[in-house]
Amino acid sequence: MVEEEGFRRYVAHIILWIGIAIVAFPVYIAIVASTQDNALIANGQMSLLPGGHFFQTYYQTIFVGTTGSTREPVGNMMLNSLITALLIAVGKIAISIISAYAIVYFRFPFRMPIFWIIFITLMLPVEVRIYPTYKIVADLHMLDSYAGLSLPLIASATATLLFRQFFMTVPDELLEASRIDGAGPFRFFWDTLLPLSRTNMAALFVILFILGWNQYLWPLLITTRDDMQTIQIGIRKMITTSDALTEWPTVMATAVLAMLPPVFVVVVMQKLFVRGLVETEK
Amino acid sequence: MQKQAIFQSKLLPYALVAPQLAIVLIFFYWPALQAVIQSFLLQDAFGLSTSFVWFENYLELMKDRAYFEAIVRTFFFSFAIAVSSLSFALLLAVMADKPLRGVMLYRTLLIWPYAVAPPVVGVLWIFMLHPSLGVLSRYLRGLGVDWNPLLDGDQAAALIILAAAWKQISYNFLFFLAGLQSIPRSVLEAAAIDGARPMRRFWTVTFPLLSPTIFFLLVVNIVYAFFDTFGIIDTMTRGGPGKSTETLVYKVYSDGLLGGNLGSSAAQSVILMIMVIVLTGIQFRFVERKVTY
Repeated sequence: MVEEEGFRRYVAHIILWIGIAIVAFPVYIAIVASTQDNALIANGQMSLLPGGHFFQTYYQTIFVGTTGSTREPVGNMMLNSLITALLIAVGKIAISIISAYAIVYFRFPFRMPIFWIIFITLMLPVEVRIYPTYKIVADLHMLDSYAGLSLPLIASATATLLFRQFFMTVPDELLEASRIDGAGPFRFFWDTLLPLSRTNMAALFVILFILGWNQYLWPLLITTRDDMQTIQIGIRKMITTSDALTEWPTVMATAVLAMLPPVFVVVVMQKLFVRGLVETEK
Repeated sequence: MQKQAIFQSKLLPYALVAPQLAIVLIFFYWPALQAVIQSFLLQDAFGLSTSFVWFENYLELMKDRAYFEAIVRTFFFSFAIAVSSLSFALLLAVMADKPLRGVMLYRTLLIWPYAVAPPVVGVLWIFMLHPSLGVLSRYLRGLGVDWNPLLDGDQAAALIILAAAWKQISYNFLFFLAGLQSIPRSVLEAAAIDGARPMRRFWTVTFPLLSPTIFFLLVVNIVYAFFDTFGIIDTMTRGGPGKSTETLVYKVYSDGLLGGNLGSSAAQSVILMIMVIVLTGIQFRFVERKVTY
């Protein structure tokens, strides 16, 4: 009944393609720039078509880095980002799922206060407590370490809430059944609850991995050594020198490499990604 | 709501919440408390002595013209980013909600910028619109615009808003599409039978039914503009030229970085904390019950 005449449909396709073009254009330019000669770009004569420096630029970027002041291979930065992102994603899921398990399946004094203490951290993002948090991490000698990059970020009110909500929907009969089989709290968690939570964990992992990979303010504060910097920090340092010295093809190649893993995750695991996004924002 | 079937154990539940609790107390509450305490203290220029000064740091901030301007700027940025990103995303979502061929492909091609980190967004846009070498700057200059966001504050602000809105399109699009798809077809068909043309159907049926989604996204976008624009600003303009792109979060960062006034920086943090509490409160109070997916 709500019919769409041919003309309207045609317009819809055109508008969507214009949207896609607007969304993709900056990335297209980055890819093109990463294959061109720096001198050409610096003169403001960059071509809108790919050049012939693809292998040269990417080899240089990944294994050598810029020739300027911060000479650090981007491959190493990517490794730092990967380790940090994995630690954050896995850490958040692990500590949140066990907290939620305790809160749902046990009765103990201060159960609800503890729940609220975790919940309220939603209102304390790192941006509102920048320097005091930095000071604590410095006092604990965790600057320039993977622990410092990940540990202060792995509490998660959202993940705890999500698992709590999910556990509430798990039928009580499952617990009774496994109890009849003689299972204690560990067995029930491991053999029943974890397998049931697999989809939730996967969806959450996708979102948290992207979140971890894209961290910026925190690593900016606590990494001082070049060999500990993540790719997001590395890219900023590359454009810090005066404009004339910026090696734009390398910068753009780094931008492309910084986008690649999280974009890949979104595109390939789209279903989990959408699910995770909607679930965590509810 | 409570579970009926539970385990009995005195110590195990505490052991299970201990890791999260430890992290939360050490890295969230302790620093937040430090910020609150610090905001009531005044340190002398050499950091030798501190004294308790009640609300003096806050009063100083209120009198500080730069701080007032940062507040206005942050709200203006939030508003501009939210409105531009939301309206463009809504247009795309309405188009993608039609029974078209290849809708899944469209969705895939529109949602991936969610995964691009703010600092990378900043680098991409400053490169395109760089005054001397940007590919788009050539055309702007061809049109007679004296384009130099590195010197002109208004242009720098426009650039930040543009880049930040660009990144947020994908997120808004995804939630608008989900919202649109949850509107029952029968309601739209009823309106069509009554003779409502598509444009009228959109404004009288679709748009009101979408209002919970719009409100939810408005709050999320404001939070985003407050906090996640830090990376974009830091790679594009560093708050400059002058202070023309310095938001509240960026100001806390740069004021503290210069090693300046610790008390003032802490007071700024506390004010931000209150803003987050209000925003999160609104989100939970008004949004959770009404938005359904």
